[in-house]
Amino acid sequence: MVAVVEPASARRETVSSAPPLLSVRNVSVRFGGIVALDGITFDIHGGEIAGLIGPNGAGKTTLFNCLSRLYIPNDGDILFEGKSILKSPRHEIPTIGLGRTFQNVALFDRLSVLDNVKVGCHSQSSSGFLATALRLPGVAAEEQRITERAWELIEFMDLRPFAALPAGPLPFPIRKRVELARALAASPKLLLLDEPAAGLNHEEIGVLEAQIRRVRDLQKVTVLLVEHHMSLVMAVSDKVVAIDFGRKIAEGTPAQVQRDPEVIKAYLGTGAET
Amino acid sequence: MATTMTTETPANGGAAAETVPLSGLRRPVSKWIWLGVIFAALLPLIGGQTGLISNFYFLQLSLMIVYSIAVLGLNLLIGFNGQISLGHGAFFAVGAYVTAILIDRYEMHYLATLPPAMFVCFVIGYLFGRPALRLEGHYLALATFALAIAVPQFLKYRHFEPFTHGVQGINIFKPDPPFGMPLSPDQWLYLVVLACAIVMFIVARNIVQSRMGRAMMAIRDQPLAADTMGINSARTKSITFGISALYVGLAGALHAIIFEFVSPDSFRFELSIAILVGAVIGGIATLSGAVIGGFFVQFIEKYADALTKWVTSTVHLPIHLEPWTIYGIVLIVLMYTMPMGIAGGLASLWRKIRPPG
Ligand SMILES: Nc1ncnc2c1ncn2[C@@H]1O[C@H](COP(=O)(O)OP(=O)(O)OP(=O)(O)O)[C@@H](O)[C@H]1O
Ligand SMILES: [Mg+2]
Repeated sequence: MVAVVEPASARRETVSSAPPLLSVRNVSVRFGGIVALDGITFDIHGGEIAGLIGPNGAGKTTLFNCLSRLYIPNDGDILFEGKSILKSPRHEIPTIGLGRTFQNVALFDRLSVLDNVKVGCHSQSSSGFLATALRLPGVAAEEQRITERAWELIEFMDLRPFAALPAGPLPFPIRKRVELARALAASPKLLLLDEPAAGLNHEEIGVLEAQIRRVRDLQKVTVLLVEHHMSLVMAVSDKVVAIDFGRKIAEGTPAQVQRDPEVIKAYLGTGAET
Repeated sequence: MATTMTTETPANGGAAAETVPLSGLRRPVSKWIWLGVIFAALLPLIGGQTGLISNFYFLQLSLMIVYSIAVLGLNLLIGFNGQISLGHGAFFAVGAYVTAILIDRYEMHYLATLPPAMFVCFVIGYLFGRPALRLEGHYLALATFALAIAVPQFLKYRHFEPFTHGVQGINIFKPDPPFGMPLSPDQWLYLVVLACAIVMFIVARNIVQSRMGRAMMAIRDQPLAADTMGINSARTKSITFGISALYVGLAGALHAIIFEFVSPDSFRFELSIAILVGAVIGGIATLSGAVIGGFFVQFIEKYADALTKWVTSTVHLPIHLEPWTIYGIVLIVLMYTMPMGIAGGLASLWRKIRPPG
């Protein structure tokens, strides 16, 4: 697990001269009196796995919701490949190249696992109501493409035995894998993972760690990972951003962030496991 | 580091894997359904020519199929997209009136009136669905309820009388079968209605088993995640509303033709509820359930009165029952015994009694 840190930071040196893939600039979000995010700024470069850590209520999910346009920041800007995403409607975010999973797993419960993953291909396909209703030429070919892509990810996430089952009643760890497969179906450039390890046992976390690396290496996806399991974040991340009460308190390599007094104080203060 | 992942297989995991069609493409239509359709299409020959089935029963069958189309349309909205409507009777009325007016006033061929009836209903449904998007649950139900109440009044409106003939309604006449076919008008219209229904079921199936159908269901199951997958919910929901209105409008148009008459009072609020109950009874989010739903609507329409009287007299109930009470009773009983609707109930029964292999 320790061996990863070196090659990862080496890779970071080579890409950091390129413009960042994602640039969060001074983003603030307020809910009435609560300041959920308070001037957050950081960059993520293509090919990285970045960790985002912070105690409960720090604002991590709120930041993800801004990135997927579910929330509108009160202040600041979010640039993806140099362009602000704040003007794009919500449903264009995956087309731009941003995919995500949800902290509480948001699957389409009554659809099969296969269909869930197929919905993940929505942004990569185009036939509309009229075309599908009348099976115009091209629809069958597109459905075939969607189906193949969905199977590819079902295999990739080892979900074949579950493909035909409705997603709702499946065990939680399986549901998390389905969600990851669904998010990957659109071939995002940046994948936002909100606590993928929550509810997994030790062994499953080991598997997840390998999966996240394979996502980066095989699917060529940059990953922003929110996680409370420190050993996972520290093992897998090239860089880590720590926030507390909506403010960035540290940023750097896993080793740097782990040693940071502010980070130690934040976690000790709330008693979260590290 | 291991790159393969563990696979937890539940008890039925292995069996499920075998039943996954490897292509994952469209499931074939069961041969039983095709046999049923062929049988239905041959009915005028089998039953009609031999005199086994009277014209009256062909009319009843046609009405049943017409209601199936309406139930199917409402099911696309409620079952597959998760929107509610208590007012689809309004689209039934609009479809019926468009057809009746085009035949009565503009002397159009009855078949040529169907596309305009569908188009008008689609547009109204779409436009109604658009602002209604902002309404959730109860409020959407109320808005559609208002629609069902308003349309009959609208049809009575004085300044539309040259078109609608006000409360009197419009009489039209049953067309004769073309090419001197040896069929009665009722048998011919039965075939027309059946053909329309087959087309509409195929179209519904095409939609449901494709990209847009999955988008509809994704919105129903998890709206925020659907947006995040790139689904334009606002557009998808309002178009679904339009499509569902189009189905119900076609049903109304066919109803006008086979019934030879439209009037504001044939489309009261009860009709909207009947279609809704049909959708629930047949089975929400199943296509085949619509046939059962249509049968139920027609059956209740016809026999609720008689059934109520029969129940009251045989059980010697000390209270007076309205025919509508039957709806409630049947609905409650079915909801408890077959929560997945009749189609769902029959499907699980079939799985139990099916011969092995
Ligand atoms: N929709 C909302 N309305 C009001 N307050 C909100 C909303 N969403 C988040 N908050 C508040 O914003 C703060 C940050 O919440 P957020 O969910 O982003 O934290 P988090 O870092 O993801 O925490 P956790 O680790 O527990 O998931 C919290 O105080 C939360 O109560
Ligand atoms: Mg969170």
